[in-house]
Amino acid sequence: MKFFHLIWSNLQRKRARTSLTLLSVVVAFMLFGLLSAIQEALVGGVALAGADRLIVREKVSIINLLPASYEARMERIPGVDFATHQTWFGGIYQDPKNFFMQNPVEPEKFLKIHPEFILPPDQEKAWLATRTGAIVGRRTAERFGWKIGDKIPIRSTIWPLPDGSYTWTFDIVGIFDGKDKGTDTTPLFFRYDYFDEARDQGGENWGKGKVGWFTIRIKDPSQAAQVAKLVDQEFANSPAETKTEPEGAFIQGWASQIGNIVFIVAAILGAVFFTILLVTGNTMAQAVRERTGELGVLKAIGFTNAQVMVLVLAESCLLAIIGGVAGLGLARAITPVVAQKLAGLLPLFYLPTRALVVGLALSVVLGLITGIVPAVQAMRLRVADALRRM
Amino acid sequence: MNENPSTNGALVHVEGVEKVFHRGSEDIHVLSNVNLKVPAGEFLALMGPSGSGKSTLLNLLGGLDHPTRGTVTIGGEKVDSLSDRSLAAWRARHIGFVFQLYNLMPMLTAERNVELPLLLTHLTRAERRKHVETALAMVGLSHRTKHYPRTLSGGEQQRVGIARAIVTDPTLLLCDEPTGDLDRKSGDEILDLLQALNREHGKTILMVTHDPHASARASRTVYLNKGQLASEPLK
Repeated sequence: MKFFHLIWSNLQRKRARTSLTLLSVVVAFMLFGLLSAIQEALVGGVALAGADRLIVREKVSIINLLPASYEARMERIPGVDFATHQTWFGGIYQDPKNFFMQNPVEPEKFLKIHPEFILPPDQEKAWLATRTGAIVGRRTAERFGWKIGDKIPIRSTIWPLPDGSYTWTFDIVGIFDGKDKGTDTTPLFFRYDYFDEARDQGGENWGKGKVGWFTIRIKDPSQAAQVAKLVDQEFANSPAETKTEPEGAFIQGWASQIGNIVFIVAAILGAVFFTILLVTGNTMAQAVRERTGELGVLKAIGFTNAQVMVLVLAESCLLAIIGGVAGLGLARAITPVVAQKLAGLLPLFYLPTRALVVGLALSVVLGLITGIVPAVQAMRLRVADALRRM
Repeated sequence: MNENPSTNGALVHVEGVEKVFHRGSEDIHVLSNVNLKVPAGEFLALMGPSGSGKSTLLNLLGGLDHPTRGTVTIGGEKVDSLSDRSLAAWRARHIGFVFQLYNLMPMLTAERNVELPLLLTHLTRAERRKHVETALAMVGLSHRTKHYPRTLSGGEQQRVGIARAIVTDPTLLLCDEPTGDLDRKSGDEILDLLQALNREHGKTILMVTHDPHASARASRTVYLNKGQLASEPLK
């Protein structure tokens, strides 16, 4: 710590240059934070996916529906604990910009297979007793100011009602919370029995008895691959063949429709950090070149070669860490604001703690890499030669 | 420091020292068979024309360079045989350097500059501060402790340089043209200060200079010419 003042003073030698370098490091780490949040929003669900859950969809495309009767057949397959289903409702609340997911589900089985959604028992009871009842995640409830007892009109883009209109009205009977920070609390879930009967009465019979996809809970997660194979074999050569995969792979597949998110993020960050490496490295090299004589003085008064090397390295690390902390701090401050704007589109947009830890580690690595060459040069400096350059 | 019998009571004992620099295939003999003894408490001036090897000899005495041949013994320690790491530690304990161009850190205040050598000791912050105050008081700069070098005159900067050199109470002060960049008045003040350090505090001082006015303040003067030492200047 007693050397801190010396290191800090050296950073202030050329304030404009240090400030500009620092600014570029701050921007790089802010970008790192925001891209990490985007990556989390798109593929973060993979980590939170239930290891004991399989997703079964139509083999060709998830747009194609599957018979609801598959559920009973799936539950007879060895290794399957139970199965339930969901269907894409595609509704709009007031304005298309207010996007959030709404799906009809089987309430009891749905809550059993998704323990990450926390719903108070009395609200669960109310949901089971109310055919038009719906539960909504805390984030969406807060976003629109909904409370229990509210009637919410939602216009479906797919499913008409018996009177030919597309506006469905749901009674909010429960508001659920997420078990973890990464749990998506933006969707609204309503009862499948109400949904299935209503679309039937509408006269447009095309969806009757059909569902979007199934979620299966398996008895032993280590048997996931075998159970998935058995499920697909069960429906092979039928009019609606299936594709079964672990929930994590399913979510990954969704994200992959946009592209290889991890690769895209890594490529952008790679380019940014390579540039920063050059900028910061150049600053450090210049800073050391300019004070060759002073480094010679330090050695003359007794600083060892190793101590001089550590001083230069500490300086580059300090610069990178200050920039890293500031950039990550800014990203952390900005993400909730951006998340609010993207609530429907990217419900899990937040900066995860592990990204902060990785970012901090990255800043130290950046400092070490950019400082190592000038530090070694400073270490190798011969005192007599250096003193001549004062 | 242990007194080595072979030094015959001299604090500095240079014996048969040669220094050869290699430039391409050419060997440049800067010092040839230099022998010198400096008793403790002496104020010795080392004079000679440019290129005579004064600074090279000073570097060898300060452990900043190694002789090609011969030995340099200071306070019983054979400096020429120490490793770079040991030399650095030895310099921190026993040598105080005063440079012609002061060589202060421009980003540090006077007191922070003086504190630098103390950062290598185990002293506490309070102890370091006390030592710094004492050193700055000795050079008459107690009122300029918070000033940066750019706000000090040349003479004042050299005083800070001297305070930095004496703050660890070194065995030997090596001064390389300490008045070379100063006007006569400021130079005299610095020489007064060095004389006081020698007479009142018993500091052994070796001062390189080419100024006879400065060397007149020393208790003895030796001359270097073309790498050879003499007690009289060459006519």
